[in-house]
Amino acid sequence: MIGEELIQLLTPEGQRVHHPEYESSLSGEEIFSFYRDMVIIRRLCNEATSLQRQGQLALWAPLQGQEAAQIGAGRALEPNDFTFPSYREHGIAWTRGVPPADMLRIFRATTNGGWDPQRYRHSVPTVVLGNQALHAVGYAMGVQRDGAEEAVMTFFGDGASSQGDVLESFVWAASFNAPVVFILQNNQWAISEPSTLQAKIPLYHRAHGFGFPGFRVDGNDVLAMYEVTRRALENARAGGGPTLIEAYTYRMGAHTTSDDPTRYRIDAEVEMWKHRDPVERTKALLAREFKVKRPAFDEVAAEAETLALQLRDDVLAMDAPDPITMFDHAYAESHPLVEEGRREMMELGVSGARS
Amino acid sequence: MTTTTMTMAKALNEGLRRAMEKDKRVLLMGEDIGKLGGVFRITDGLQKDFGEDRVIDAPLAESAIVGTAVGLAVRGYRTVVEIQFDGFVYPAFDQIVSQVAKLHKRTDGVYTMGLVIRLPFQGGIGAIEHHSESPEAYFVHTAGLRVVACSTPNDAYWMIQQSIEHDDPIIFCEPKSRYWEKGEVDLDNPPRGLFDAQVRRAGSDVTVVAYGAMVKTALRAAEAAADEGVSVEVIDARSLSPLDLGPMITSLEKTGRLVVVQEATRTASVGSEIVAELSERCFYSLRAPGVRVSGYHVPYPPSRIEEEFRPSVDRVLDGIDRVMGFE
Repeated sequence: MIGEELIQLLTPEGQRVHHPEYESSLSGEEIFSFYRDMVIIRRLCNEATSLQRQGQLALWAPLQGQEAAQIGAGRALEPNDFTFPSYREHGIAWTRGVPPADMLRIFRATTNGGWDPQRYRHSVPTVVLGNQALHAVGYAMGVQRDGAEEAVMTFFGDGASSQGDVLESFVWAASFNAPVVFILQNNQWAISEPSTLQAKIPLYHRAHGFGFPGFRVDGNDVLAMYEVTRRALENARAGGGPTLIEAYTYRMGAHTTSDDPTRYRIDAEVEMWKHRDPVERTKALLAREFKVKRPAFDEVAAEAETLALQLRDDVLAMDAPDPITMFDHAYAESHPLVEEGRREMMELGVSGARS
Repeated sequence: MTTTTMTMAKALNEGLRRAMEKDKRVLLMGEDIGKLGGVFRITDGLQKDFGEDRVIDAPLAESAIVGTAVGLAVRGYRTVVEIQFDGFVYPAFDQIVSQVAKLHKRTDGVYTMGLVIRLPFQGGIGAIEHHSESPEAYFVHTAGLRVVACSTPNDAYWMIQQSIEHDDPIIFCEPKSRYWEKGEVDLDNPPRGLFDAQVRRAGSDVTVVAYGAMVKTALRAAEAAADEGVSVEVIDARSLSPLDLGPMITSLEKTGRLVVVQEATRTASVGSEIVAELSERCFYSLRAPGVRVSGYHVPYPPSRIEEEFRPSVDRVLDGIDRVMGFE
């Protein structure tokens, strides 16, 4: 169904698959650490959904089902690489070291960003679909001019793949041979629209038309995601130019907490994808091949639980910012209209307005 | 003081050259700006001297030209983007409004969007459609952007350098109908700050505010009005966002009469903003309601009849008559 081009190193049952070009280089410890990342980010994501349902977040965009796509790609990055996410890349943010509470600030509507992008070398969420793909290519052009051995990675979905900015970013990346890796998470649904509405060909085929390689990877296979992404990043750093990686996956949850997927997709499809779960197949591999025992898995679950409770505490402690801060950083240099607004707010004595 | 006479096109070219010599992280990017030197030759010779890595011929995609300049800014580069014609800026509108204007704020000041978007604007060159528009108000309306317009070679030379050095994103409007007019350029000292308005001609009866190509039209009208005994003060707004209201207020307190001249259509325009601001701030000085002399509320006409759309000396004089005759 998915096609023979699919790069897979681990079946949904947790059996290794031989692939002529890719082989997992990961040790048991490393695979276990990937498993840990996936369990934690899934648990944090569930906590965020609960927080939204309890009125503590304005919105949440769950990543459930896409853990392997993000952890596999994210763990392939080097510290100096730079990433430009959309708004569902919580797993990538986790691999970049962004504190979970910071990921939720935008969804608690206390900021439009959330973290220092230069500190984590992970840009802030981009809500307008596809805009970030061009930023990534521009950044990569800067890397080229600096003569640095760094790669840039950007993320978007099957829906955003129809956006002009994404297609323009393909043109530019090819023209300038930019060191950028495009991760297209095809989670099958752009809110209510199936990916077949966005493209009549497999999405990764688009790369070939633009003049660079494209691959379709089992996005629920963390081993394959890691290996394919790692090679694409190495190729980019070595001057080999861009790569498109279509992570073939599934959005198990809603588009966001404002969405109701029961209106547009059938249960059988969701059930089918449950059997392709990225976390369970990794666990099966660890148990069978590396003899990881239950206490080790329980320990990860307990750690995830602790982090989720910490996240809850952190979110509940996040207050609305002082309204006067809306005037900070509107411009880098002083602007009379901003100063006028700031003065007016202070004169109105808005609670907490500082002088 | 070293002064020399050159066209506005040459002054922009020299300004860009000087900025690139001063700062290695200044890049130029746009369509046909390399070997060709741009369709208006503003970047003539710069690729030859600074190389293809710094003077980048862009594929034909405006959103990408601006969007990649954003990424370059994140990396610490200062990119001067050339949009070939005003009417081609709209594919980049999303990047400008959603990203360029907001990323500094969104990152709590971590990203500096120090990029300049050069926009040849206004009409008067006998072009076909989409080559003569005045889209400045869209950008003036957007918080996070700054918008300036040069009207003389000296200002062009200095304002482009000041814009490149400035840390906020700047929409740099160039009156293409004035590209080939010559003027004195002082190569040593900038005339004033980037966001300062300038009195171009002193007068006592009427204040005429204009920018870009309309400054010269306003000055001609002032000349003609003087023949009829009306003393017109002409102010070049220079900065459209923020507006430098100080010199306009000082002038209006003296004259009590205001005319704003622009090629753009009138509704929700820069002229509207100037009239509103000055009405609010100088109400008791006003002897007549402020008048806007502008393009009509129609799509920019075929250029064979564009001079009936663009404010002419006669239409500015008519505006002056209206504020002088108000009782």
